[in-house]
Amino acid sequence: MTILEAIVLFPLLGALVILLGAPARFIAQGCSTLVFLFSLYVLFQFNLGKEGGFQFTSSRTLLEMEGFPTLSLAFGLDGMSAVMLILSTLVLMAATFVAPKENLLNGRSKLYYTCIMLIGAGAIGAFCSTDLFFFYAFHELALIPTFLMIGMFGRGENRTSVAWTITIFLGVGSLVLLVGLLWLVQALGATTFDIEQLTALAQGASAVDADLQKWIFLILLIGFGVLVSLFPLHSWAPAAYAQAPAPVAMLHAGVLKKFGLYGLLRVAMPMLPAGAEAWTNLILVLLLGNILYIGFVTIAQSRLDMMLGYSSVMHMGYVFLGVISVNEIGLGGAILLMFAHGVSIAVLYALCGAVESRYGTLNFDELGGIAKSVPRLGVLFGMAAFASIGLPGFANFAAEVAVFFGAFRDADTNNLGFLQWAGILAIWGVVISAVYMLRAFRSIFMGPQPEKLAQKQGDISLVQAFPVVVLVAALLLIGFKPELLNQFIRPIAHSLETAISVIAK
Amino acid sequence: MPVYFLEILVVVLGVLLLLIDAFAPLKDKRALSWLGLVGLGVIFVLLFGVDTTAGESSFWDFYAVDGTSLFFKGLAIVTTMAVMVMGSDFAHVVVRQTAAPEEGAHPQAGLGEFYALPLFTCAGLMWMASAKNLVGIFVSLELVTISFYVLVAYLRRNVGSLEAGVKYLILGALSTGFLVYGFAWLFGITNTMDLAEIRAALSSETVNETGALFAFALILAAMAFKVGAAPFHMWIPDVYQGAPTPITAFLSVGSKAAGFIVLVRLAEPFLVSPILSEQAVLVFTVLAVLTLIVGNFSALPQKNFKRLLAYSSVAHAGFLLTALACWRPEAGSTVSSMQVIGFYLAAYLLMTLASFLALTAIRKANESESFDSFVGLAKRSPFLAFSLLLAMASLAGIPLTAGFIGKFMVFQLALAQGSYILLIVAIIAAALGFYYYLKIAISMYVEEPGKKADLSAIRVSPLTAIALVTLLALIIVAGVQPNLIFALMG
Repeated sequence: MTILEAIVLFPLLGALVILLGAPARFIAQGCSTLVFLFSLYVLFQFNLGKEGGFQFTSSRTLLEMEGFPTLSLAFGLDGMSAVMLILSTLVLMAATFVAPKENLLNGRSKLYYTCIMLIGAGAIGAFCSTDLFFFYAFHELALIPTFLMIGMFGRGENRTSVAWTITIFLGVGSLVLLVGLLWLVQALGATTFDIEQLTALAQGASAVDADLQKWIFLILLIGFGVLVSLFPLHSWAPAAYAQAPAPVAMLHAGVLKKFGLYGLLRVAMPMLPAGAEAWTNLILVLLLGNILYIGFVTIAQSRLDMMLGYSSVMHMGYVFLGVISVNEIGLGGAILLMFAHGVSIAVLYALCGAVESRYGTLNFDELGGIAKSVPRLGVLFGMAAFASIGLPGFANFAAEVAVFFGAFRDADTNNLGFLQWAGILAIWGVVISAVYMLRAFRSIFMGPQPEKLAQKQGDISLVQAFPVVVLVAALLLIGFKPELLNQFIRPIAHSLETAISVIAK
Repeated sequence: MPVYFLEILVVVLGVLLLLIDAFAPLKDKRALSWLGLVGLGVIFVLLFGVDTTAGESSFWDFYAVDGTSLFFKGLAIVTTMAVMVMGSDFAHVVVRQTAAPEEGAHPQAGLGEFYALPLFTCAGLMWMASAKNLVGIFVSLELVTISFYVLVAYLRRNVGSLEAGVKYLILGALSTGFLVYGFAWLFGITNTMDLAEIRAALSSETVNETGALFAFALILAAMAFKVGAAPFHMWIPDVYQGAPTPITAFLSVGSKAAGFIVLVRLAEPFLVSPILSEQAVLVFTVLAVLTLIVGNFSALPQKNFKRLLAYSSVAHAGFLLTALACWRPEAGSTVSSMQVIGFYLAAYLLMTLASFLALTAIRKANESESFDSFVGLAKRSPFLAFSLLLAMASLAGIPLTAGFIGKFMVFQLALAQGSYILLIVAIIAAALGFYYYLKIAISMYVEEPGKKADLSAIRVSPLTAIALVTLLALIIVAGVQPNLIFALMG
């Protein structure tokens, strides 16, 4: 068993042990911390000098028959999946520490922690898989736990309908995705689901016919688009995140949602470059929908949880901008932004949960001036809000700057293309973010405290703050030294650019 | 040991149970089901040690032995074993709903046959897997159907069960009529009863096309009834709901698996014939589309769990028919439609039996099978709730379960054979499945039980618990390691 297999297996084992009756919170925290340490170790062991290809690979053939692509349980890491792995394990660890104590869960702590571990395991497995089948299958593993968590522990009155919405959206999106993936494998004439071999096929002699590429890419774009809440397929996301218990919102908005983007970068773009090229303008329009339209919708929100839900949809637009610029800087920025956004939204949702558990409301109108009684919470929230806006010093800044630079790298300054105009418009999204984030911060933490809220609440203890502090520290660390992750990202962004641009032209 | 000894052993076991029931003074007649279970277990083990070369030409060349038939015999035995387990849990309902015991009679009078009859059905199912002659097919099919007539109507004092029995009898007899008429036409055209010779005759240039298609239509109508394909599925919901739960499980798994193997064997000569294949594929495509649509859409509004499973069995027949309509013959080691169907049926068996086992256990504590009675189950028995959740996830086709691999292979087959219409319909059908299978999860986990609701814990008998855990483990194993099941198919 390789270390990567262990990292994928541990959360699953943890879920099983919890289900069988072991102390839920203890096992979940121990298991996720262990997995995080393992993945840190893997990052240190990662061979940065190696050109392309996966490392720490392992493969077990599960189904080998003629007329059906070979199925294997294969794991491996390259620069991109390494970044996603550390994001998943980091957020999973934080989520298990943010989760409430067992005695607050009404005798359902077993299910609660099992579901969290399964969602985490799904994300980790999907990012580590190098086999298309398991890449897909692990992501689906999170579907039913999410459904149950929102249904059972959701915060609102209509949590059942919200649980249905997210499940049906994601279920249908995944089925569309499945068709696209199967069609892709079929069109390549492949006898395997191995991503590396499929990529080699797609970029070699048996590349898919350009016209067909266009349609397969569209199906994949719809499938991945639903999962990543690309405008106008986003409507499931804000309400679901708002209703979900804090750990689930952290894991889903922070990690699992990135699967759609990861899939575009891992499968759709490199294997169907001509298809991506054909739909560039469409994607640019949609991502502007994400950034500007959803941006304005975010401003109009009057509850913190809904606002965060919309803001997480909005920020996906930047990642798409980086992806569609198809150059080293933009792609690298997109991958870094997936990490930065994942961590920052996780912090915000963790703190959102903390505010709600103290004051029982998230309405901007009913809150105010609470920084006086909960200063630590206020400082942490402020930092996460700044990170989310993209202020320098946080990882989000480094990533967004790269995305914008990427959009302009090959620009003809006398005659800007659609990509550059989209970039110019997207920059205004930063202003929009600043408007709603600062407004939220002011109306919750600053100003006069409404009379109803006058009672003093305890600040978060150092133990409770621990997971959040770790996440904020990660944001600052990467913000000041993005090279820590960029060294993983750069080679993969470079090879993506070469692969895509060579074939597309 | 020649293969056909297995069927003989099963029949002997059945007769033995009847004799013990009649002559041995048993205190608790559930012992008969345990004896049946053990006997079937032994026969299941023997299945792996049979000599496949011996007895090839015995039974007047009625009996085929190949990997597929052995695989389906195994499925039949496993299903019957699960029925025995359920039957022992279900004993009190059977006793209560059959005639009141006379003075001095055994308090469990009438229970013994409930355990003996499934064994005869099992023998019929096993024989059906090996039938390669129209006569053999007909006789084994009738052995199965007639024992089912009795079993479905077994609860004499229950109106639902009687109604189900009458419905099943009338429609079943009608479909048998169609089948025999179709056989007669087939015999008239090809002048043979042997399937291999029929295949050769139908592929020849001189075949009477109209007559062959007429025979095909008649046979198809009868077999579509057996497997529950729309528009011949009308009997399914009522019969499934009315029949005793273990028998419903038996019907939905055993009868379907056997129906499909016979359907494939009978359809193959038409599907490979250069003259007839086009029409045959068209008919199967229409049938598959209809079945997928009817099964899935009708399942959406169901409020009774057994009816839901009934429509789900129609829906799964749709996926199986899709694999049949996208016909890929057995050639070398390429995955054939037959293998996909075999895998799908094995997966379907695991998840359906798991659902029915859980249902039988729940039924012990609840009088009804409506969704309302599942409210609060997560508190009453976390084990049963979780088992049902996993079975539903597999039925819905969530990855890493056996159900997903089955659907996945059907999709892949449809794509590879270029049947895009079927692919699209199958995708829509799978999407609908998410809704109605997960609906039960809402009842079990999310909805709050009312104040008057019975919240006492449900005790699960050790036998049921072992059977459930085994089935659930197999669902996961087959979902991650599908090779195992294909290896069994040989």
